[in-house]
Amino acid sequence: MTAVMTPGTVAQSSLRRRTRRRRLGLLAAFGGLLVVVAASLAIGTENLALGTVVDALFRPSTADQGAVDIVRDVRVPRTIIGLVVGAAIGLAGALVQAVTRNPLADPGLLGVDAGAAAAVVTVVSLFGITEPVQFVAFALLGAGAAATVVFVLGGQSRVTASPVRLVLAGAAITAVLLSYIQGVVLLDDTSFQAYRFWAVGSLVGRPLDILLTTGPVMLVGAVIAVVLGRSLNAVSLGDDAGRALGAHPGRTRLLSVIAVTLLCGAATAAIGPIAFVGLIVPHLSRAICGPDNRWVLPFSMVLAAVLLLASDVLGRVLAVGDAEIEVGIVTAFLGAPIFIAFARRRKVAKL
Amino acid sequence: MSRARPGGGPHTDAEAIHTASSAGRLSGSRLTLGYQRVTVTRDLDVHIPDGSFTVLVGANGCGKSTLLRALARALEPQGGAVFLDGAALSSLPAKQVARQLGLLPQGPVAPDGITVADLVARGRYPHQRMLRQWSKADDTAVAEAMAATHVEELADRYVDELSGGQRQRVWLALALAQQTSIMLLDEPTTFLDIAHQVDVLDLCAELHLGGRTLVAVLHDLNLACRYATHLIAMADGAIVAQGAPTDIVDAALVEQVFGLSCRIIADPESGTPLVVPTRRKALGADPPVLQVPAAT
Amino acid sequence: MSADLLRPPPASPAGPTRPAGGRGYLVVGGSRANLRVHRRSAIVGVLLLVALVVTAAVSMITGDFPITLDRVLATLAGNGDSGEDFIVWSLRMPRLLLAVLIGAALAVAGGLFQSLTRNPLGSPDVIGFQAGSATGALLVILVWHGSSGQVSLGAIVGGLVTAALIYLLAMKGGLHGFRLILVGIGMAAMLTAANDYLITRAKLIEAQDAAVWLTGSLNAAAWDQVLPLVLVVVALFPFALWAARDLRMLELGDDLAGTLGVAGPRTRTVTMVVAVGLAAAATAAAGPVVFVALAAPQIARRLVGVPGPSVLPAALTGAVLVAASDIVAQRIVSEPLPVGVVTGVVGGIYLAWLLGRAWQRGTA
Repeated sequence: MTAVMTPGTVAQSSLRRRTRRRRLGLLAAFGGLLVVVAASLAIGTENLALGTVVDALFRPSTADQGAVDIVRDVRVPRTIIGLVVGAAIGLAGALVQAVTRNPLADPGLLGVDAGAAAAVVTVVSLFGITEPVQFVAFALLGAGAAATVVFVLGGQSRVTASPVRLVLAGAAITAVLLSYIQGVVLLDDTSFQAYRFWAVGSLVGRPLDILLTTGPVMLVGAVIAVVLGRSLNAVSLGDDAGRALGAHPGRTRLLSVIAVTLLCGAATAAIGPIAFVGLIVPHLSRAICGPDNRWVLPFSMVLAAVLLLASDVLGRVLAVGDAEIEVGIVTAFLGAPIFIAFARRRKVAKL
Repeated sequence: MSRARPGGGPHTDAEAIHTASSAGRLSGSRLTLGYQRVTVTRDLDVHIPDGSFTVLVGANGCGKSTLLRALARALEPQGGAVFLDGAALSSLPAKQVARQLGLLPQGPVAPDGITVADLVARGRYPHQRMLRQWSKADDTAVAEAMAATHVEELADRYVDELSGGQRQRVWLALALAQQTSIMLLDEPTTFLDIAHQVDVLDLCAELHLGGRTLVAVLHDLNLACRYATHLIAMADGAIVAQGAPTDIVDAALVEQVFGLSCRIIADPESGTPLVVPTRRKALGADPPVLQVPAAT
Repeated sequence: MSADLLRPPPASPAGPTRPAGGRGYLVVGGSRANLRVHRRSAIVGVLLLVALVVTAAVSMITGDFPITLDRVLATLAGNGDSGEDFIVWSLRMPRLLLAVLIGAALAVAGGLFQSLTRNPLGSPDVIGFQAGSATGALLVILVWHGSSGQVSLGAIVGGLVTAALIYLLAMKGGLHGFRLILVGIGMAAMLTAANDYLITRAKLIEAQDAAVWLTGSLNAAAWDQVLPLVLVVVALFPFALWAARDLRMLELGDDLAGTLGVAGPRTRTVTMVVAVGLAAAATAAAGPVVFVALAAPQIARRLVGVPGPSVLPAALTGAVLVAASDIVAQRIVSEPLPVGVVTGVVGGIYLAWLLGRAWQRGTA
């Protein structure tokens, strides 16, 4: 008897295709992770061969001392920070897009970064603190305040938030905060010096113990986010439909905002503001995994870690003399064209 | 009998016969219409009889709104051309066309915070210039348009505060204030309850009797039959039949255009065709499809 | 209900009377040539003009060397002593004029843009033109070490190139507001990163100079900045008024506006050219003064109570805003702040109120 395509078989085969795609995607992501970690350990002002890297890591006594120093003291911390922060940003991005039902939301565009920066600059100029490790808590507070303002103003009303309005509210609040920052920074030379380097988002010169303060915060945020996965699926159908399925949209949104603030605020406090990674990665994740948030969230973590580290490596490769291009600049230059291409693809009526 | 037409000189009987026997004032020739990669109609010819109340009917997606928009110059044809008074529409200056052709689009959006009087006044734009921004004729046109659509009491209200039916009448007033001899209406009865639908169509009928040519897209076939003097039925981007409703509307046409099996009877009020859908099958004849799960 | 609405209006027996203009409107002029003026807008305009005069007077009087009003007037008439002459004519007058012109230019540019994008937040500073001007200026300051005239030129070129790029990228099947905003935000982010890069690579002193420029400051106001700006504003203003009239019609939607005789694409192109020209000229004169373009037109719109770009009220509002902010910026802390900082804070507060109110009303 010939196989008849009943609705059941069609659904089953597409499910199988999707599962296969997810598995392949996960494999590719982890593969990419390995490649990028290796590159990050090997490439830099002094390019090391992979063999040397392995020696430096596992057989330090046999390797050249200089290489060991570079790998252990500089590149390993840098790589770890890059992975952790990248994962946090990717997760935050996926979370923001899921909860606002807005494919254009990016935590960096939503004023969280500017809030953290404003708090940092205030604290630096008032108390003269210059070590990033010391102003982490304030950065978190600033990020939280800005996030709240943007979410409130950008359309957390019962009416579905217009995507453009949310993005614009974020861009506008960012501009306000930036002008405040500029005012403070112009009045105070030391804060200007400290700020202008921190503001770019860079993995250079960040000690590993920055993760001691920011790490736990990101972990809490990540746990909340992953637990919210199923509720987000329900809420993505709309508040009423979500409630009918037993979810609590208001509570889910609140927890998501908290998670995003923790993740993003800590990430920004650690390495400065990074734009666009949180925007693009969820799209790629959704393209591979489908819209199920229980998959998209973890997948975004991995992808974003890969992307961030890859941008960092690219910044080292494109270095002019001794000066690398900071990762925050590379992601903006890579991400903006993708964002623009995406904006061009969208049908006008949809937005 | 001759009648002065606005926007053009007086027509004598001879000229009126001549234009009626040729394409009419508004027509389309070999129109290929579409959006980006989707083609909706191909090589379509259409003639709007002068002084008629023409209604375009058809199923969703058959191309009736697309055709109307092309006639209104809101959509540029990918092939072929629309003609107004013998000249290609795209070659005429926009304001000149605006004084002859008026459009009431589907789902129009009013700017935030505009009053009814203000909105209706905007319909006078084709008659105004940068340095001659208002005239007595504008005053009169706006007042008469608002009177005809019964929105005078709403003159100072904000348009976004009005109900759907009131808003539709305001948009109609704007189109009226434009004082064109040809009016194109894209689904003017959407969002209106039955009483208001009849109100709007009665007004259209009055306008038609006053000498205007009206072209409307209606989705309600029965109302279309009742009010139209000329019906154009479309399916899949082509004209399937056209003529007076009594002449062309029969069960076969409804089946062809809408895929609905029906009976046609004469409307007891107007004598025009009335569509009565036939029952597909008696309910309850087959076993139920979706059972309610037993309560646990 | 009259059946035939096509009858010409009956000639009134008392001879032709003046057209009424509709509710809330005045017709100024005769029946051959006239202007239709919105009554409330006219009143608001007059009040704003008064406010502007008062602000101007205050700015001429205050400063490190206070000069009384009668002395100011005497100096303007040519009877001041050399000290007063210098202060009034070389310091305060150019600064005041610059503030007024920048405020007017940015406000009009913002109002036109907001109408073009059909979004009250679609403003040149959010959409990346100012970031582009900044990039141009920064390149001149930090890479070519140019003079201040060259910095202005760099700002203009940067702004125009950015505008052209955004226009080309957003122009897909017509210029749609949403796409313009999104492409603009993307560009802004990229250009801001570029600016950050330039600032981190520069030496501290140069970076500080650049940062000052970036904030929008009137501290170096001189006549050779005022005059080019006057020319640009005067040249573009009539086009702004013309474009505003058509933009008001475009707010009805492209279909309806088209059938009413409005040339959509042409109007949009002219609007963009005018708005970008005004914004670029203003930015070239004193750096990007943030938020005037965003907030001033919205304030004006709420004051006059009609939708659409109200060019003259917006221009006056912008002028008052910048002139007043400059007075505040000079006096509020021990060191004179750049005016951009004050306009940013004022704009931000206003913005929060605007959005909060819209949220309460439940409108998008």
